[in-house]
Amino acid sequence: MKPVNQKAWFLVLPVLLLVAISAVIPLMTVVNYSVQDTFGNNQFFWAGTSWYEKVLHSERFWNALLRDLMFSAIILAIEIPLGVIVALAMPRKGWGVAVCLVLMALPLLIPWNVVGTIWQVFSREDIGLLGGALKGMGVDYNAVQDPVDAWVTLIVMDVWHWTSLVTLLAYAGLVSIPDAYYQAARIDGASGWSVFRFIQLPKMARVLTIAVLLRFMDSFMIFAEPFVVTGGGPGNTTTFMSIDLENLRASNELGQGAAMSLIYFLIILLFSWIFYAVMTREDAPRPDKAPDKTGGAP
Amino acid sequence: MLELRQVSRRVSGQVHLSETSLQLQPGTLSVLLGRTLSGKTSLLRLMAGLEKPSSGQVLFNGKDVTGQPVQQRRVAMVYQQFINYPGWTVRQNIQSPLKVQRRPQLEIEQETQRVAQLLRLEPLLDRKPLELSGGQQQRVALARALAKKADLVLLDEPLANLDYKLREELRAELPKLFAGTGAIIVYATTEPMEALALSGMTATLSEGRITQFGPTLDLYRRPHDLITAKTFSDPPLNTIGVHDANWQGAPRGASTLAFRPHHLTPGMGSGSALAFNVSVISTEITGSESFIHVARGADRWVMLAHGIHVYPSGEQLQVHVEPAHLMAFDALGVSLDPSLRRAA
Repeated sequence: MKPVNQKAWFLVLPVLLLVAISAVIPLMTVVNYSVQDTFGNNQFFWAGTSWYEKVLHSERFWNALLRDLMFSAIILAIEIPLGVIVALAMPRKGWGVAVCLVLMALPLLIPWNVVGTIWQVFSREDIGLLGGALKGMGVDYNAVQDPVDAWVTLIVMDVWHWTSLVTLLAYAGLVSIPDAYYQAARIDGASGWSVFRFIQLPKMARVLTIAVLLRFMDSFMIFAEPFVVTGGGPGNTTTFMSIDLENLRASNELGQGAAMSLIYFLIILLFSWIFYAVMTREDAPRPDKAPDKTGGAP
Repeated sequence: MLELRQVSRRVSGQVHLSETSLQLQPGTLSVLLGRTLSGKTSLLRLMAGLEKPSSGQVLFNGKDVTGQPVQQRRVAMVYQQFINYPGWTVRQNIQSPLKVQRRPQLEIEQETQRVAQLLRLEPLLDRKPLELSGGQQQRVALARALAKKADLVLLDEPLANLDYKLREELRAELPKLFAGTGAIIVYATTEPMEALALSGMTATLSEGRITQFGPTLDLYRRPHDLITAKTFSDPPLNTIGVHDANWQGAPRGASTLAFRPHHLTPGMGSGSALAFNVSVISTEITGSESFIHVARGADRWVMLAHGIHVYPSGEQLQVHVEPAHLMAFDALGVSLDPSLRRAA
């Protein structure tokens, strides 16, 4: 028998190291914290599953989860249709294309903490343009004190920041549709709505799947915006799971925090998997795809 | 009958189609043969009514339909890309034109069955287009065109995206599919062999102009001019200046002589044959045929031989053409074929 050369293992070593440092070691550290109790001084006591039980029995966890789900649902309901509408309105030819693409990409290029600061200042009623203008018009607006205002502000921020992503993805799907489809639709006498419903939408399905997935994951993990603008308040009406985690960390509840972040992680993983499985089921190639010949020569 | 009367099409100063007149009869198949950008698609779009001509008229059965929008004409079109409604099943796709026409349900069912059977799509009726192979997708597109019972069926390089085997198969079926529908079929292609295989009528296009229109074999055998001959030749037509050929039998006024690659043969030939010394550049072998690229002075020729022939490049070769296979053209590229002269 030919001796097996084991040297190839060295070639995967860099990747193993990278994955270990970036994912496995941090994750295992969190797991480590979530099953132990510590009072500092590197003293650890076995805690078993008690942290998990505490998290799952706490009302504050379920409330935060509910807020996350509600926020993601609202974000998806606004950003996906809005992104598609903007993409449909964008020009397909000429100098307008470049202008629109750059304009659309701008919000995406701004770092998250800057977005938070911009909106925090923007919405202040003493020095902010939006807050000041609303106050001037007699609208009683205060993102820090009114729960509805706080939510509206966070949603508007996210829509402003991320609708472009949906638009760009939808636009990429639209421009990939050959001109012949539109011609064929004209020959059939199809209306504008029919063209959208039966040609553009099905042709965009794949990129919209990606858009939904990306927007869901991102909005479910929302942190920077409430952290900077509302700080989780007023009360804890904008205390999303990530904010709650930060609160736990700040109050040195490391065990409970670790348990919660693992549960959080598993929820995101589960949702993403469900989304992906459901949305890709439609266009998966059938195993019984018919061969090219449909029964030989006539 | 579809009649184009001196139609032309210019887009922002660029001529897509120079003034063209053409008459197409019901129940006939006409091939538009020309290279990419020769104006085939422009002509098809004008015929369909997808675009308005810059000048001239389009008449259908004597009635002027120049400004009539496409959905009011009875037109069907099949494209190089496989165009079907992606979210619908094959059955729904076939039925879509019938539903737009608001035909009775029973008729829709029967017609779907008939067309599906004709195109051998019956086992696939409940599939979606993306679950089908390219050949099957194009069959669905053809089925839609057939079900529509259009007066004018425009096929824009419908087989270009299919692989060789399927192309041959579907090409053989095409004329039969539309036979008896009484429709005017127009088939655009870049391949001379397709025009010959489909027979019927052919119009050759070059630089936005129809160079000749007539029965396909006539065009192939007796092209009116050099451009038509070149367009209708694959592999490319071989040409030689009349002075280089040193041929006593050349008609008066001849400037260029042309002959097809399969008429160039190795050896001396008969006493009257024109013989040339050439050097081999390269050989391409397809299996049943060999293309031998040769050079004679500045001229580059292709010699088509049956079977496998390998000549080392650089080899000197004696080749010949029989005078009967030579086509002569004058300085303007007009054919000097005596049979054409009599006709004119």
